[in-house]
Amino acid sequence: MEIALNTKGSRYHVDDKGYYGRFGGAYIPEMLFPNVDELQQQYLKILSDPSFQQEFEDLLRDYVGRPSPLYFAKRLSEHYQAKIYLKREDLNHTGAHKVNNTIGQILLAKRLGKHRIIAETGAGQHGVATATVCALMGMECVVYMGSIDIERQAPNVSRMQMLGATVVPATSGSKTLKDATNEAIRDWINNPVDTHYILGTAAGPHPYPDMVARFQSVISEEIRRQLQEKTGSPDPDYVVACIGGGSNAAGAYYHYLDNEKVKLVAVEAGGKGVHSGFSAATTQLGEIGIIHASKTLLMQTDDGQIVEPHSISAGLDYPGIGPLHAHLYETKRAVFLNTTDEEALAAGYQLSRLEGIIPALESAHALAKLKDLPLNPDDVVVVCLSGRGDKDLGTYIKHMQP
Amino acid sequence: MNRIDKLFAEKKDNVLNIYCTAGFPNLEDTLPVMTALQTHGADLIELGMPFSDPLADGPVIQDSSTRALHNGMSLHKLFEQLQGFRNKIQVPVILMGYINPVLRYGVEAFCEKCAEVGVDGVILPDLPMDEYETDYKPVFEKNGLHLIFLVTPETSEARIRRIDNLSKGFVYAVSSSSTTGKDKNMGDQQAYFEKLKALQLQNPVLIGFGIKDKATFDAACNYSNGAIIGTAFIKAIADSSDIDNTIAAFIAQVKGN
Repeated sequence: MEIALNTKGSRYHVDDKGYYGRFGGAYIPEMLFPNVDELQQQYLKILSDPSFQQEFEDLLRDYVGRPSPLYFAKRLSEHYQAKIYLKREDLNHTGAHKVNNTIGQILLAKRLGKHRIIAETGAGQHGVATATVCALMGMECVVYMGSIDIERQAPNVSRMQMLGATVVPATSGSKTLKDATNEAIRDWINNPVDTHYILGTAAGPHPYPDMVARFQSVISEEIRRQLQEKTGSPDPDYVVACIGGGSNAAGAYYHYLDNEKVKLVAVEAGGKGVHSGFSAATTQLGEIGIIHASKTLLMQTDDGQIVEPHSISAGLDYPGIGPLHAHLYETKRAVFLNTTDEEALAAGYQLSRLEGIIPALESAHALAKLKDLPLNPDDVVVVCLSGRGDKDLGTYIKHMQP
Repeated sequence: MNRIDKLFAEKKDNVLNIYCTAGFPNLEDTLPVMTALQTHGADLIELGMPFSDPLADGPVIQDSSTRALHNGMSLHKLFEQLQGFRNKIQVPVILMGYINPVLRYGVEAFCEKCAEVGVDGVILPDLPMDEYETDYKPVFEKNGLHLIFLVTPETSEARIRRIDNLSKGFVYAVSSSSTTGKDKNMGDQQAYFEKLKALQLQNPVLIGFGIKDKATFDAACNYSNGAIIGTAFIKAIADSSDIDNTIAAFIAQVKGN
């Protein structure tokens, strides 16, 4: 596995100024300029260093357990009358794709000479992945998490604490992922010298969206190789992934971005329905704006105040999307659909019964849209199964029909 | 002449700039607070445009923004309140806020409205210099609006020079790398303040963040043209039943009158 480095000439990769089309940039207060500038200057140099690549690859293989399997889901395929493969990111160490990025960023933080790590988390998967790599590297770890998410993802809070991280509740605003991110950025402003912020999704100021996408690009790199072995072609007809900020989708799409034969499907959290007032379907409800230092699509009021989103899945409960995805939406390179809370739960139960795999509620959003794709029996569909559902058992059980 | 330039032409030292959040503590308090600030001796007023997600602010100012938004404050409402305010208030007024609501309002429309009601300058901490220079500078200049940039202890000398070139009115020197309202020791920042003073910037310099009373105000004024008080002032008026008296007392203790 190798981090993709040459992206020159692509319509869908970041430009020299940190933009994807009209989205991206680094709208940071001056207090963060030195940190973000240092990252912008250093990240590609560090990522392209062969010793960095070697260390990243070794840890992904021996510690994370990569490559993750590409599983042909036979019963699911029969049900939907297509060839459906699941990219099993749920089988990674810590139970989600998030660890690909945290391994990359902790190695980067070490090379930047940082001693203290901060992170934000929604569902807790990124928090756990960050706490894990901090334990591995012996670094101090502080994770910000919305106080509502602390309640609904209790097992992950305990895991982070057991791994030695301090979990700090974010009590402002909607008390979810958006606010956890605000608090993490504030911590970074207050600790500009020794701290690296391991941002968990393909959002935030440049270079985070590009850096996170590159670390996650191992997903599509493996899909290509594995599909070639299984089907004789590296290219599926569809790649389907859920989108909150969009890191698992960025990773699953990465090597297909310029290959327009492959249809990219992004699934947002529709909550209780796109127009119910309880939704996180950013492309449907958002307008161009700036959130967490990035110009992107953003759910906001006419006055430019950020709207509090809703999703049953804490990992998708975010009022923006990463700038790459805003660009994919605007250029129509990806199709954006959305799944309601109810549909996601149903898809979670369905996968459990048909394949013996309990998916994270986030991943269940992606699975729920298989029914809406115009599939032919010969179509090869890859669904990124971004994480496992252990953390969501409480929610699943609460809604289970007797 | 822009009122900020006029102020610094006439007064080089101990300039007191006080930050207040528009629509706080109550929706209709914006003008009474500004009037009291002028009456009791503030040289400059920094009026906060409340935002739901103010990244560079600490909890006190964030809470004041949340409260103002709950009160019904918005950019449209603020410009309504500011219609005709120049009949009463002569001190320079700067709007401070975050870029998203301004983008949403429309940068050009925003600048024109500022000019129309008589606002002199704007602080947008999350608007990068590059974007300002390429996209927005002509619109600000056409409307006679000064955009004020921040420098911090971590800002390099070359960048401070660039900021000084691009800023108009004054340069906002953040006393320590922090969000607003953090209690950091001003004494620790002496080397930074001295460095800044030695640079002899073309703009006046006001020091902000951590200024809360006479001692910190005087300390900041030793190295600069004056200082900005935000969090301490917001705390003082948050539960006040008599805004005018509270503000009189607050400014008196800062100035040591």
